[in-house]
Amino acid sequence: MSGAPLLEVRDLSVSFRTQDGTVHAVDGVSFTVNRGEVLGIVGESGSGKSVTAMTLMRLVLDQNAVFSGEVLFKGRDLMQLSQGDMLQVRGKQISMIFQDPMTSLNPVYRVGWQIDEQLRAHEGLSAKQARRRTLELLGAVGIPNPEARIDDYPHQFSGGMRQRVMIAMGLSCNPDVLIADEPTTALDVTIQAQILELIGNLQREFDSAVVLITHDLGVVAEVADRVAVMYAGRIVEYGEVGELFRGPQHPYTWGLLGSISRLDRPRQRRLAAISGQPPSLISLPAGCSFRPRCPFAFDRCRAERPALEARSRSGHLDACLLSPDQKQARRAATPEAS
Amino acid sequence: MLTFVIRRMIATVFVVFTITVLVFLIFFHTPGVDPARKLAGRNPSPETIKAIKHQYGLDRPLPVQYVILMEKLFITRDLTSYSNQGQKVVPEIVAATPVTLSLVLGAAVIWVVVSIIMGVAAAVLRGTIFDPMLMVLALIGISMPVFWLGEMANLITQDRYHDTFLFSWVPPLGYTPLTQDPVMWFKHLVIPWLVLSVLYIGLYARVLRADLLETENEDYVRTARAKGLSERRVLLRHTLRTSMISFVSLFGLDFGVLVGGGALLVEVVFGLPGVGLLTYQSLISLDLPVIMATVIYGAIFIVIANAVVDVGYAWLDPRVRPA
Repeated sequence: MSGAPLLEVRDLSVSFRTQDGTVHAVDGVSFTVNRGEVLGIVGESGSGKSVTAMTLMRLVLDQNAVFSGEVLFKGRDLMQLSQGDMLQVRGKQISMIFQDPMTSLNPVYRVGWQIDEQLRAHEGLSAKQARRRTLELLGAVGIPNPEARIDDYPHQFSGGMRQRVMIAMGLSCNPDVLIADEPTTALDVTIQAQILELIGNLQREFDSAVVLITHDLGVVAEVADRVAVMYAGRIVEYGEVGELFRGPQHPYTWGLLGSISRLDRPRQRRLAAISGQPPSLISLPAGCSFRPRCPFAFDRCRAERPALEARSRSGHLDACLLSPDQKQARRAATPEAS
Repeated sequence: MLTFVIRRMIATVFVVFTITVLVFLIFFHTPGVDPARKLAGRNPSPETIKAIKHQYGLDRPLPVQYVILMEKLFITRDLTSYSNQGQKVVPEIVAATPVTLSLVLGAAVIWVVVSIIMGVAAAVLRGTIFDPMLMVLALIGISMPVFWLGEMANLITQDRYHDTFLFSWVPPLGYTPLTQDPVMWFKHLVIPWLVLSVLYIGLYARVLRADLLETENEDYVRTARAKGLSERRVLLRHTLRTSMISFVSLFGLDFGVLVGGGALLVEVVFGLPGVGLLTYQSLISLDLPVIMATVIYGAIFIVIANAVVDVGYAWLDPRVRPA
């Protein structure tokens, strides 16, 4: 991984002006994605992960949205491109898979046609060439008997098969970056595993970078190289996946880890939950936005907004004001967070 | 798809049969309605009524009367009017149908084209002043009664401003068949077309705009954008295509109703000798066989239009096609 990263997000903020006030959906987010790497973005609903992804694609079309920051892709700032120039990026260089495969395909067109459409828009293929490529893609994503299925309509496919079609579509133009926004959330568990494996295999095969957005840390542990944990529009912890799972630094990450049921540990009486509700994005608490829910909050948390920086020995970044020793001690004292 | 079409046709035949039975019962055997009394003139003697009943077959059992009527209507086609004994009903309707079809088809072309343009424009221009302006315009169109609008059009084009260069080309009220003189046909019909289409332009533009805005939020429209398609292609191939589904079903119904006699007011106002005018005249003279025949004719058209819509619907939306 030499040279500049493929995709670099710098201090990205997105807010929406509403009647009730300004919603700060994404607040000063920075991360990088290198070629051939999987970045996992984790957070609960409303933490800003989907808005971040949609902003990378410049698909937030709300007239009340206000953006700041940079999205550098191959040296160009996507935020400065016109929507016309973005057409060359979307679907061709950066493509996206969405959460709900049941509704993400147009119900009135055959699936093959929908993949062809993207190929013809970007690659200038003839109808015949596009169809041949579509057949290859459908085979590559594991649709059995693609010749028979290419002319079927989306409603004739199961959820998992539709997501495979979406993945085929996403990869059709060999994108540099594939953004997968909760690609497995709407699927049942066995299908989830298949789809994740498929994304992992294809990512290596196509040498694309993947931004995997999920609320499921288990998914991240399985496929991501690096992880960004988002809370209330900000990244609170960011680092290499092994380090982050071995030595999580932020109490929010502890909470997330503690709320996973694990089959490789003795069974606890109850799964831990993070108490309270995520803050309103209209009026974020002063200082650390996790403070109201954090069992370890102290005076400084109220006064100071912690920056995302390297605070621990392992070198990954976190945004918690506790010292590394305090963190270790606090974490050891709460068994469910270990 | 073929079995679907055939199934739909069988259903259509059944519906038409049911309608003929109902219409027959309503017009000939509703308590208080006695066709013989109507035919017998003022203060008839019981003997006269009896004779008339016998002459018209009204003293025979109900099913027999129904069969005779249907035979006269569909097979021998010699059902005659009560008020004008020489007038055969079926040829009258056959002669009136091209007039009504000319009127409704022309208006339909206008209203479909204009309402799609207006609806799409309003949806695209949402957030600007043009969207509410177009929708208020549509509302005005919906709010103007068609007979009033027609009379106003006549007042302007036939009377007040007929002698100006704007409207001197407008022929007197009436109709010329297309086969006889296409230019005259067009001149006769263009103002009725516009008058008839105004209401539907307003309705359809509003329905389409609402559907477009709703479809705009669908996940698959977001997918289409994420594919890197141009806004124009997203709009025409993805948003508009699925929004047309309710537009088409609405169109089929309205078209059927209009061809089936719903354009009555426009035909009366513009003196077009179509099925609507025929119905109007038979209603005034309570000419039961004519009313009966026009109602059945209208019902058949509506049912056929419905069947066509169902097939078109299946063509537009693969989800409703039979597996």
